[in-house]
Amino acid sequence: MNFSEVFKLSGLLCKFSPDGKYLASCVQYRLVVRDVNTLQIVQLYTCLDQIQHIEWSADSLFILCAMYKRGLVQVWSLEQPEWHCKIDEGSAGLVASCWSPDGRHILNTTEFHLRITVWSLCTKSVSYIKYPKACLQGTTFTRDGRYMALAERRDCKDYVSIFVCSDWQLLRHFDTDTQDLTGIEWAPNGCVLAVWDSCLEYKVLLYSLDGRLLSAYSAYEWSLGIKSVAWSPSSQFLAVGSYDGKVRILNHVTWKMITEFEHPAAINNPKIVVYKEAEKSPQLGLGCLSFPPPRAGAGPLPTSESKYEIASVPVSLQTLKPVTDRANPKIGIGMLAFSPDSYFLATRNDNVPSAVWVWDIQKLRLFAVLEQLSPVRAFQWDPQQPRLAICTGGSRVYLWSPAGCLSVQVPGEGEHSPAGTGTSALLFVVWRHTGRTGEAPAISSQGNCPQRLCVNLKAGAQCTGDPLPSALQGRSSPSLT
Amino acid sequence: MGDWMTVTDPGLSSESKTISQHTSETKMSPSSLYSQQVLCSSIPLSKNVHSFFSAFCTEDNIEQSISYLDQELTTFGFPSLYEESKGKETKRELNIVAVLNCMNELLVLQRKNLLAQENVETQNLKLGSDMDHLQSCYSKLKEQLETSRREMIGLQERDRQLQCKNRNLHQLLKNEKDEVQKLQNIIASRATQYNHDMKRKEREYNKLKERLHQLVMNKKDKKIAMDILNYVGRADGKRGSWRTGKTEARNEDEMYKILLNDYEYRQKQILMENAELKKVLQQMKKEMISLLSPQKKKPRERVDDSTGTVISDVEEDAGELSRESMWDLSCETVREQLTNSIRKQWRILKSHVEKLDNQVSKVHLEGFNDEDVISRQDHEQETEKLELEIQQCKEMIKTQQQLLQQLATACDDDTTSLLRDCYLLEEKERLKEEWSLFKEQKKNFERERRSFTEAAIRLGLERKAFEEERASWLKQQFLNMTTFDHQNSENVKLFSAFSGSSDQDNLTVHSRQLQKKPHSMSNGSPVCMSKLTKSLPASPSTSDFCQTRSCVSEHSSINVLNITPEDIKPNQVGGECTNQKWSVASRPGSQEGCYSGCSLTYTNSHVEKDDLP
Repeated sequence: MNFSEVFKLSGLLCKFSPDGKYLASCVQYRLVVRDVNTLQIVQLYTCLDQIQHIEWSADSLFILCAMYKRGLVQVWSLEQPEWHCKIDEGSAGLVASCWSPDGRHILNTTEFHLRITVWSLCTKSVSYIKYPKACLQGTTFTRDGRYMALAERRDCKDYVSIFVCSDWQLLRHFDTDTQDLTGIEWAPNGCVLAVWDSCLEYKVLLYSLDGRLLSAYSAYEWSLGIKSVAWSPSSQFLAVGSYDGKVRILNHVTWKMITEFEHPAAINNPKIVVYKEAEKSPQLGLGCLSFPPPRAGAGPLPTSESKYEIASVPVSLQTLKPVTDRANPKIGIGMLAFSPDSYFLATRNDNVPSAVWVWDIQKLRLFAVLEQLSPVRAFQWDPQQPRLAICTGGSRVYLWSPAGCLSVQVPGEGEHSPAGTGTSALLFVVWRHTGRTGEAPAISSQGNCPQRLCVNLKAGAQCTGDPLPSALQGRSSPSLT
Repeated sequence: MGDWMTVTDPGLSSESKTISQHTSETKMSPSSLYSQQVLCSSIPLSKNVHSFFSAFCTEDNIEQSISYLDQELTTFGFPSLYEESKGKETKRELNIVAVLNCMNELLVLQRKNLLAQENVETQNLKLGSDMDHLQSCYSKLKEQLETSRREMIGLQERDRQLQCKNRNLHQLLKNEKDEVQKLQNIIASRATQYNHDMKRKEREYNKLKERLHQLVMNKKDKKIAMDILNYVGRADGKRGSWRTGKTEARNEDEMYKILLNDYEYRQKQILMENAELKKVLQQMKKEMISLLSPQKKKPRERVDDSTGTVISDVEEDAGELSRESMWDLSCETVREQLTNSIRKQWRILKSHVEKLDNQVSKVHLEGFNDEDVISRQDHEQETEKLELEIQQCKEMIKTQQQLLQQLATACDDDTTSLLRDCYLLEEKERLKEEWSLFKEQKKNFERERRSFTEAAIRLGLERKAFEEERASWLKQQFLNMTTFDHQNSENVKLFSAFSGSSDQDNLTVHSRQLQKKPHSMSNGSPVCMSKLTKSLPASPSTSDFCQTRSCVSEHSSINVLNITPEDIKPNQVGGECTNQKWSVASRPGSQEGCYSGCSLTYTNSHVEKDDLP
């Protein structure tokens, strides 16, 4: 596995273009666009203020940079560097900005969710959508980019509006039977909309594109309800993670529960492989004691080795005792993600924060459990194959595939300084969408020092011939090729 | 008397016993030591009795006492002690016989009483022990009753306590339920209140929002603007269109199109799935039919007709279904047939499998039993065999021990003689056989000898004739030669020669006589036999012959024994190589019957003899 040098970064803003050719990253008020293969800077744009949000248009031609403090959005074209566009929301303010799927419209949400302004880059027309609901996930586009669903709140009732994205015409408008809607999500086939209520009530509603209620599902009452929802890429399953530490899988035919995955802290089934990360301080060989200390260029010196061990069942995972008298208790399934082939589901139970459960969806059973040394920050599936990247805020990237597990030391930016001064902490991982070309994926991960931000980038081209060796199953390879 | 009896109960009993003993002793022979001892022991008692009696009757009051006794006895129903008075004036005489009878009767009575008393006493004892037992039982039961009563009280107490607890728990449960209800109510009310508050606040918030909206949006905010270098083309290259009713309708259309597409896609998928499932079902059915039909042929005869008809139905159905391409049929029409047929077949299969299961289990059980039985039989046989062997071994050991003992103790004459007799008998038997053999041989020899003698006689006669001829011829010669002198000397020589020849003749004659002798004699010594046989030309020495003979006979007997059973089977080629000659020789005979084998062996022995060098 190869790593690029470390790049500066601010605000955790770093995104691959949807076609996988470019990488955009922000440093203060500058936007840097690099070519993925060469990592050469292709374009450099300067915005008016510190960038708080960037987003690529779907056709990878434009980049949107939002500066919420100033209520400003700046759009840059990759093809025409001299082309510029500036949208000022004025005194209404700005809290969110996003592209419409066609890449020619920008949706800006004003402060207090007063309205959503739809700016067009093609015409002078401006559309306003009133009463958007201030919630976690209030807008969602179908995958083909035709329709947008928007959660609305009028007269203390929840509504969902479906717009046609081509001309922003309202297609359907219907009220939902929810107390306090928190999220909506289109199924990948764009025909079913999942709507779920706030955590106070367990309720999932499924609406057809034409606004018919297909089904409603509620697992229990009088307790904290849904925490996370995910569609399988095949639109066949809807995984609902809830505060009771269970994931319930609904099917797309009857919209009834097929199975529920519990997340017990003790694993007794001997069929399940439990990977346990074990840290070993490196044995001080003679090389380490040699004087003068070896240059970092000779090779990174990991402060400690980490590797996976296959724990023998029964295994009891470390659990966190939740504080129950505060809002948003750390319990329940907070993260859910299907693998791109819909074969696996990765979950994290928030009161077992250092463990990632991987479920086999074909057999509807637990497949593997990864227990990290520190709480899992994020995980993401490789868009090409069933491979999961996990980061825990340490200096390592962890990779899981059905063949085994791997932990990779990411060289920090402290390479040029004596070891130990610049330890990096990975906060997120992003896989590059390879687009049509079928290129090998790349990992982008980000380190966070107190003040300085950096990007660790693995060049995709160089990692093509680096599949996970099955011989390394359950073992880490901190050495870098 | 009654008083006396009661007062002196134990004493009297012992006394009376001694008395009875006494009487019995007197009746029995008095010379027994035991009775003497008893007497000795009873002496003080008898004294006592005497003293007692003396107190009752003295020299002076005999009359009175007798009369008193008489009275008493008569009152008890005994005959009077006095003789029947013939005259009133005459004094009544004591009837000794009556007295004695009375006494005897009294004694008998006494004995009876004693026996009764004993019985009563034993019964009394028994009853006493019974009483004791019952009393102990009673006390035990009383104790038990007491303990059970106590237990019952304890249990009742516990029951009461538990009931109390139960009541308390019920109360608690009720309270809890009430609490839960209350809490639920509270939650509900809180929820409603919360919702209400939320709504109120939201309304306020909405109002504020509206206000803000009016404030911010309504006045023309110059700042709200888009500063763009030039408008870019749409991603699809089309120009934007105006919003009209048309577009609305088009959007609707498109939406429905999308939905329809989705549904069509799903329907297609479902159809495909259905088709595949149907295929699987069909295949399964076919396999079922193929699986069931050959097996059903047999059971169909046995099994009642219903299943048979079902099968035929099924087959018909299958035929129909396969004829019509069922995929084109809508589900409605096919479904029923298919499901019905599958169900039927499934039922058949199930019953078949169950039957098989039953059979298997039965077979398993039977097998188990069979194995068990067999093993048991085997076991028994084995044990029997082993027991037999053990017995045989024991017998062997016994005989060996006996033999050893005989050897060790130089065996007493009887057994040795017996044994010798045994051996002698065997020897005799063997000798008899040999004897018969010899007899046979002898007959042969005699025959030969006779022929020899006859030949010799003939020879003698011929020689005589020849001599006579020669004599006549010599006479002639002599008569002719008298004329010549030198012929005389020759004659002498000739005569000498003649005499020599006559000597030889004599010898042969003698030998012939000798040969004749053993005919009359019983063939005793082998020397004689050897002499005898020596004269026989080209014949082996008799001793040899005898040996071979015996050997052969043994051989033959063995061979007969060995071969005959084998050769009963007609097409068996001769067995062992050592017997081959024999088998060849004896086959015709043995094939006829093994009874003739014995006699055949003799003829065979001749053959063998001829073969011998």
